[in-house]
Amino acid sequence: MVDIGTESDLLRWIPLLPLLVATYHGISIGLLRRPAPPRVAALLSCAAVLASFVLACIAFRDLLALPDDARLLVDDVYTWIGAGIGSQALSAEVSFQFDPLSAVMTLIVTFVGSMIHIYSIGYMEDDHRDDKGVQRFFCYLNLFTFAMLVLVLSDNLVLMFLGWEGVGLCSYLLIGFWYSDRFNAFCGSKAFIVNRIGDFGFLIGLFLLFGALADLGHPAVSFAGIRAQLDGLLQMSIAVPAWMPFAPDWKLVNVIGLCFFVGACGKSAQIPLYVWLPDAMAGPTPVSALIHAATMVTAGVYMVCRLSFLYAVAPEASAVIAWTGAITALVAATIAIAQNDIKKVLAYSTVSQLGYMFLAAGCGGYTAAIFHLGTHAFFKALLFLGAGAVILAMHHEQDMQKMGGLWRRLRATRWVFLIGVCTIAGFPPLSGFFSKDEILVSAWASQVPGHTWLYGIGLATAGVTAFYMFRLWYLTFCGECRAPAEVRSHIHDPNGFVVNPLRVLAFFSIVAGVAGLPQVWGDLISIEDSNSLANFLKPALAAVEPHAIEHQTELWMAFSAVAIALLGTGAAWLLYLRRPRVPAWLAAHFSVVYRALVNKYYVDEVYDAVFVRPLVALSDRVLYRIVDAGWIDGIGVNGMARSIRAFAANGLKYAQSGLTQSYVFFMIVGAVAIVSYLLDWLR
Amino acid sequence: MLPMDHVIALSAILFTIGVLGVATRRNLIVMLMSIELMLNAVNLAFVGFNRIWSQVEGMPVIDGQIFVLMVIAVAAAEVAVGLGILLSLFRNRDSVNVEEVNLLKW
Amino acid sequence: MTVETILFYVFGILAVVSALGMVLNTRNTVASAMSLVVTMVSLGAIYLLLEAYLVAVIQIMVYGGAIVVLFLFVVMLLNLSTDEFPPGRQRLIKFAFVIAGVVILAQVLIALERDPLLAAQPAAVPNGFGGYRQVAASLYTDYVLLVEMASLLLLAAIVGALILAKRKID
Repeated sequence: MVDIGTESDLLRWIPLLPLLVATYHGISIGLLRRPAPPRVAALLSCAAVLASFVLACIAFRDLLALPDDARLLVDDVYTWIGAGIGSQALSAEVSFQFDPLSAVMTLIVTFVGSMIHIYSIGYMEDDHRDDKGVQRFFCYLNLFTFAMLVLVLSDNLVLMFLGWEGVGLCSYLLIGFWYSDRFNAFCGSKAFIVNRIGDFGFLIGLFLLFGALADLGHPAVSFAGIRAQLDGLLQMSIAVPAWMPFAPDWKLVNVIGLCFFVGACGKSAQIPLYVWLPDAMAGPTPVSALIHAATMVTAGVYMVCRLSFLYAVAPEASAVIAWTGAITALVAATIAIAQNDIKKVLAYSTVSQLGYMFLAAGCGGYTAAIFHLGTHAFFKALLFLGAGAVILAMHHEQDMQKMGGLWRRLRATRWVFLIGVCTIAGFPPLSGFFSKDEILVSAWASQVPGHTWLYGIGLATAGVTAFYMFRLWYLTFCGECRAPAEVRSHIHDPNGFVVNPLRVLAFFSIVAGVAGLPQVWGDLISIEDSNSLANFLKPALAAVEPHAIEHQTELWMAFSAVAIALLGTGAAWLLYLRRPRVPAWLAAHFSVVYRALVNKYYVDEVYDAVFVRPLVALSDRVLYRIVDAGWIDGIGVNGMARSIRAFAANGLKYAQSGLTQSYVFFMIVGAVAIVSYLLDWLR
Repeated sequence: MLPMDHVIALSAILFTIGVLGVATRRNLIVMLMSIELMLNAVNLAFVGFNRIWSQVEGMPVIDGQIFVLMVIAVAAAEVAVGLGILLSLFRNRDSVNVEEVNLLKW
Repeated sequence: MTVETILFYVFGILAVVSALGMVLNTRNTVASAMSLVVTMVSLGAIYLLLEAYLVAVIQIMVYGGAIVVLFLFVVMLLNLSTDEFPPGRQRLIKFAFVIAGVVILAQVLIALERDPLLAAQPAAVPNGFGGYRQVAASLYTDYVLLVEMASLLLLAAIVGALILAKRKID
């Protein structure tokens, strides 16, 4: 990992351009009350993100020009927080870094972001709801892009947290975009609150880290600074009570890693903090594509990989991450098979795929996690945008039970959607196959306890993924159209703004696999060093010693992954195309299982009963009624006012009797008192 | 030589009598006269102190007496205006009882 | 016991007695005014004993000759009747006032007792001390601004008194 970077002044413009446009929109809408015309506003925002992409490409080219071991561009803007001195000093700078990991993330964010911006021009124009505000939408989108870019470009944890919070805020704003429907606002709040819980973990981790570094004498919040102190951190531990597991003390790096992972669970929707993501589908589809598929939810994965040097030496924390990821992947996939709303299926699919990424990260395959992050960004954005096109075509119908037979009607959308479905199912040579395979390989090869089980869970999830994705495909595009007659006659492809980004994303879904082609395939087609992504990222990520794997084993694993995907696809074909009455029969006969799946294992209800209701009751009945209204308002504020008024009205006013002589008397008393004081009588 | 502390004591006594007059009597004219008495007591104190510290670095100082002259001037002005007010009051209320002048209240 | 000391005690007691007479006299307002005159004149005499000659004369002329005369004018103009004794309930308040007055007095006397400077005999004064020459010299050189201000004040008082006391023009 590189210590000294090359100065580059253009880094700050990458997040700054979207911010400027967002500010312009904000001022023109909110302050001046004269927003730009919708098309102009949309094009302006798209231009900003595209310009960021161009700048990111330029920076990427500059980065490639540097030798392998010096690939780092830095841009120090200013010192944001400078407090304390010596070993208590906290210095958080606004300063950006562009190393291979940031480069990959930035390129993905800006590229997919621009595709989605362009898509939104077409999508939001068809917006029939009565909330005006296309300009507001693009303002929030640009603000989100700014925050996400700050997150991936920052070189210290504090600035990263700024971006972290910023994306959470924009997620809230965008989910509840059509806020006149209270349900949407509620979903936005749910997302933000659950995110907040994760952020609390992040902050605890940050505080522990900073405190430990201060104890070591060199407090720093920048990644380079923390990395430099890693040896000292490894020696430190926290004492825990005897009844907790692994007593008497826990290694500090494990605790910090777990705390940061809690933040990642919140942001990247892992168990137990994933409940906000399905409800986030209440927002417009481009929002779901951008934030809840391609960028914001990947922030957790990015953070874990950015802190890979920490997790590489915290094996217990990494094990927790791997197992959480695996379990989340499987559980979310099982929920997806029973959902009827097309966006909900995709939401749970996102949770599941994020689980894959964490599985890889926990097993030490950081490169695999980033590879899957990249391919997932493409194909999940493609799927969401495609679903948006379908929804538009069906006049805002989202229930798959009412779709069907769109193959004949949506000529432009059908192929790209099919490509997306096949990619996520993991069929070679599409990119999803390679990235999923890398993850499974890293799970098999890792040192995490029970890693073979992890591999098994990953494999099973791949099968389930293929099943529910093809279920979605068959229900939507194949068979007879189950829509009501008046809708059926109006189904047509959406406009060019909507369709063309889909084509671009489909193209990348196909070819992106080349970037990270695992060596085993490269050998087959005689390419040396085929995994260019891994080579590129190597300076930025920590290396974890895996078990050795032979090429044979890898090929067998790939084969079994494809086999299971075919199995899932076949099952879906059977159940939804050939024998469409079978699913209903299954649902009736295994009703307990079916109801559990449809109701998402009742997790929301459990959370509601265990956490939400008691907390709301506490806040309302105790904290609001008793403490706030009763004590603070009643006794403190109103009580004090009332007592002063009583005192003045019943006592003090008699001092103003109007009688001159009583005034004289008081003057005399005052003079006597002062003279007594001066004569030491009262002292 | 005069006992100077007795001079100051006399001033204090006269002042106290004046205070009692202002605080106790209800007739406005007597109140005004008591105020005059207080001023006179203060004048006496000034002159007495001036007699005690009559030399500063060998030069005689009569600052206290100057001040007494000013006090007399002020007292004269105050009496004139005060009695004018009293006349107006009397014309309005037909009485110089201070308890009837009680509108400055809650 | 020099002559001056005896004279001082005489005039002092006279001043106190007539002051009390002024304050405590509730039957006859003119008599109160007359007592005030006696107090003024005794004080003037005491000033003479304290070698403040010009001040003494001015005291008698201005206070005794002008201010109290003004009081008498008003008293006769208004044709005031006697003051009534306050009702019994207010006696308590009067008592409180008296106590306050005694307290003030006690404080001053105790303060006097503590200060050694006052116990000493004052230095002898040169010739002309307190005479009109010296007063004039000091007044119109060091304190000339004071004179101007005093004249302004008197002007304001004249105008004010005129306006306040004038009958309304119907």
